[in-house]
Amino acid sequence: MAVTRDEPIKTDDFDVIGTSPVRHDGVDKVTGRALYGADIHLPGMAHGKVLRSPHAHAVIRAIDTSKAEALPGVVAVITGADFPDPGEHMTQAGEGGAQSIINKSADIMARGKAHYAGHPIAAVAARDLPTAEAALALIEVDYEVLPPVMSAEAAMAAGAPIIMPDLRTDEDGAELDGETNVSEHSVAEEGDLAAGFAAADFIIETEYFTSPVHQGYIEPMNGTAWWRGDGTLDIWGSSQGHFGIRGEVSELLLIPVSKIRVMPMEIGGGFGGKTTSYLEPLAAVLSRKSARPVKMTMTREEVLKATGPTPGTREKVKLGVSNAGKITAAHVNLYFEAGGFPGSVLGAGVITALSPYALENMRVDGYEVLVNKTHTGAYRAPGATMSEYAVETAVDEACERLGMDPTEFRLLNASQEGDLRVDGLPFPKMGTVETTRAIQDSAHWRTPLEPAAEPHLRRGRGMASGYWMNGGGMSSAQAIVNADGTVTLREGSMDIGGTRTSIAMQLAETLGIDVLDVIPVVPDTDSIAFTGVTGGSRTTYATGMAAQLAAEDVLRQMVAGLAEVWGVAADDIAYENSTFAAGDNAASFKEAAALLDDADILVTGKTSIAPTRPGPAIAVHAADVEVDIETGKVQILRYTAAQDVGTAIYPPYVEGQIQGGAVQGIGWALNEEYWYDDDGLLRNSTLLDYRMPTAPDVPMIDAVIVEVPNPGHPYGVRGVGEAPIVPPPAAIANAIYDAIGIRLRTLPMSPPRIIAALANNTKE
Amino acid sequence: MVAELVTGKTLVSTTINGEPVEFMCEPRESLLEVLRDTLRLTGSKEGCNNGNCGACSVILDGRLVNSCCVLGIEIAGSEVTTIEGLATADGLHSVQEAFLEGAALQCGICTPGFIVATKALLDKNPNPTETEIRYWLAGNLCRCTGYDKIVRAVQQAASGTGT
Repeated sequence: MAVTRDEPIKTDDFDVIGTSPVRHDGVDKVTGRALYGADIHLPGMAHGKVLRSPHAHAVIRAIDTSKAEALPGVVAVITGADFPDPGEHMTQAGEGGAQSIINKSADIMARGKAHYAGHPIAAVAARDLPTAEAALALIEVDYEVLPPVMSAEAAMAAGAPIIMPDLRTDEDGAELDGETNVSEHSVAEEGDLAAGFAAADFIIETEYFTSPVHQGYIEPMNGTAWWRGDGTLDIWGSSQGHFGIRGEVSELLLIPVSKIRVMPMEIGGGFGGKTTSYLEPLAAVLSRKSARPVKMTMTREEVLKATGPTPGTREKVKLGVSNAGKITAAHVNLYFEAGGFPGSVLGAGVITALSPYALENMRVDGYEVLVNKTHTGAYRAPGATMSEYAVETAVDEACERLGMDPTEFRLLNASQEGDLRVDGLPFPKMGTVETTRAIQDSAHWRTPLEPAAEPHLRRGRGMASGYWMNGGGMSSAQAIVNADGTVTLREGSMDIGGTRTSIAMQLAETLGIDVLDVIPVVPDTDSIAFTGVTGGSRTTYATGMAAQLAAEDVLRQMVAGLAEVWGVAADDIAYENSTFAAGDNAASFKEAAALLDDADILVTGKTSIAPTRPGPAIAVHAADVEVDIETGKVQILRYTAAQDVGTAIYPPYVEGQIQGGAVQGIGWALNEEYWYDDDGLLRNSTLLDYRMPTAPDVPMIDAVIVEVPNPGHPYGVRGVGEAPIVPPPAAIANAIYDAIGIRLRTLPMSPPRIIAALANNTKE
Repeated sequence: MVAELVTGKTLVSTTINGEPVEFMCEPRESLLEVLRDTLRLTGSKEGCNNGNCGACSVILDGRLVNSCCVLGIEIAGSEVTTIEGLATADGLHSVQEAFLEGAALQCGICTPGFIVATKALLDKNPNPTETEIRYWLAGNLCRCTGYDKIVRAVQQAASGTGT
């Protein structure tokens, strides 16, 4: 069966798609009944804690755990010596970038060296948490403290401390000689850069810096493991992909996937951060050693210090622009801090940097650099927000120089179907033009900004675009027709925010039944076929398509069954308006289910697919800001976020994704950053000091849904979740420039930076 | 060393969600630990354990508190309302209905805290302005929704109470 079509089945006249049912898991979540990883209590359960390096860079000369082991109540103590050598193959659990499994193993439990402050050195399981914490204090570690290297610039300088002496630079596929902190230099190029710049009437050349920022999911990382005596292992955790956790634990501990079962607990936010394992393998080894279930949860401080935020970056942008407003050439240099180990989201940063634009001459150079910070991971449209922030701000400078409306400039240069991306792939159908027009035509963009009421307040407006390629990947779904005509939908995607319903709606649409007659379930890894991680905005697209195809399978089987029951040819049975009919025989879906049940005919539709045409998402945002030039505080006055979502399956949750992504981007723009001191220690590891947006920090977010159906999905779906985080930093930087006449080129644009920028400006 | 940690448990008598409850608790244990680990009322969530996220919000003698910042022994003789105490046999509380109908949740981990905080707000101020809602909820972090649909759900719950 073909898994993609040239055009969607239909783009209007839906019965279920586009409606707003109450989500299936909603009652459990508003009553406190929903169970998340940390809610698990098992018989005889021990509690685990991790001893973490207090140094950003240190050789571990020796670890003495004997006193901890002797403490009454301690049931197991582990160090790197308890983990096998997993070999050197590449692994990828989520969208955080591929990495060598041996580095992943050394990241979750140090082997001979601490690469960042917070790096796990040992772990303890004990009868209760206070005992486990007391045991950690009894572990003696002999460190040889080394100077830390804390920025890409410092790490690339001659004579910089070397974090991994065996590391060699991957120079666009070839290995370079010599010790280095640069793990990768990749190049993507199209056209003739020199000719393009020569054809320009003017050049914009600028440089930008961003800090690491954290996904900030409200549920801290957790992992519980219970090793049975027969060598099989059960895991409960907080993950965007239970199959990914199964695979990673298998590779790290050298046990077959068939011996591991991972439970699909509810997950309290992930945003890309929960696509890899931290505690699950540790809990598993502690459980094996203690012959008990072991539960581990991170404190918020541990989450911030030792899980994977998005990389801090430095970006250089050079644009050649003609007086007619066309970009003639673009060259971007990206420097991404991978953290203490190689493997990062650099690749996506390279691909996305210039993708809102149709360019003939372009080049992106990406450098991945090791620094003594926690190993970075994926965060919503990983890599794109940093690289597109730089380009979108430079584009605003070009618009200013031209005196051109920035929406007009973007329409003039918009990437469209058939134009080449920087890696040489042609863009499929996507709504760059439609989404830009949605902002251009919005009441927001067309209503002049009113001046501020007070002399110390300055107002400005800005906009920016964002591109995200979206993902496909493997998905499985199974649809079981029950005797009462309801359908149990088993699907393999962890539900991080309403996908049980958005997938069930696609099944219900195809079956012609009420979505509340679908019972969506995400089973454990033993109970459904493989399904990839909930990431890359792939779930409503790929698992939705699997459910749609499973529904078609159900209808075929029901027709075949009814042909038997009615004694007619299957070809003579039509299914229209939720009714099967052949001659004088007719049955509604529910009646047909009962007829088949009476005849002992069971119907289970099923599909496993790997669709490859997810269709990119384009987001275009407009922001009005008010800058207090006395305090440096920036208040968002009005915010409009337009996005091409293909087809909005479940509109309130499409809006929710757009609104939530925009507000994460606002936090990134204005307040969120990792503050490391000179010793490489994180100084703001609480949610008071790591300042995420609160309700009074933001206005209502006006989400504008644009629908350019994706020809690669039967209902035209494009992934929605990630793109909306991309435009806010540039849109807000451009608005702040409009307000105070100063370009801020470092994120976040926090009050101290605004005040400093204003002070510097006055001096000049 | 361990002997110093276990300094003896105290019997605490209190009222939780309208029912009399007794539990043993160590002086160091927070109300959140008692609720989650001793009483298995896991609807109150731990997001930070230092009063910054509001996921563990409960109502203690009519006052909204972070249960991670209250000691278990402090609630002797008090009345505590947790998320588990809002719905009845007749159905959901109007605030729960408003969050559900208004799509005011995504992952759901902060939702119990927001619902309890909203109940505490509307008990005090049945007709809050948008600004009052936003400032009242400043102690509750949500990372999924951007707050838009949460604020609208609170407005809906307020209008639904008819007060």
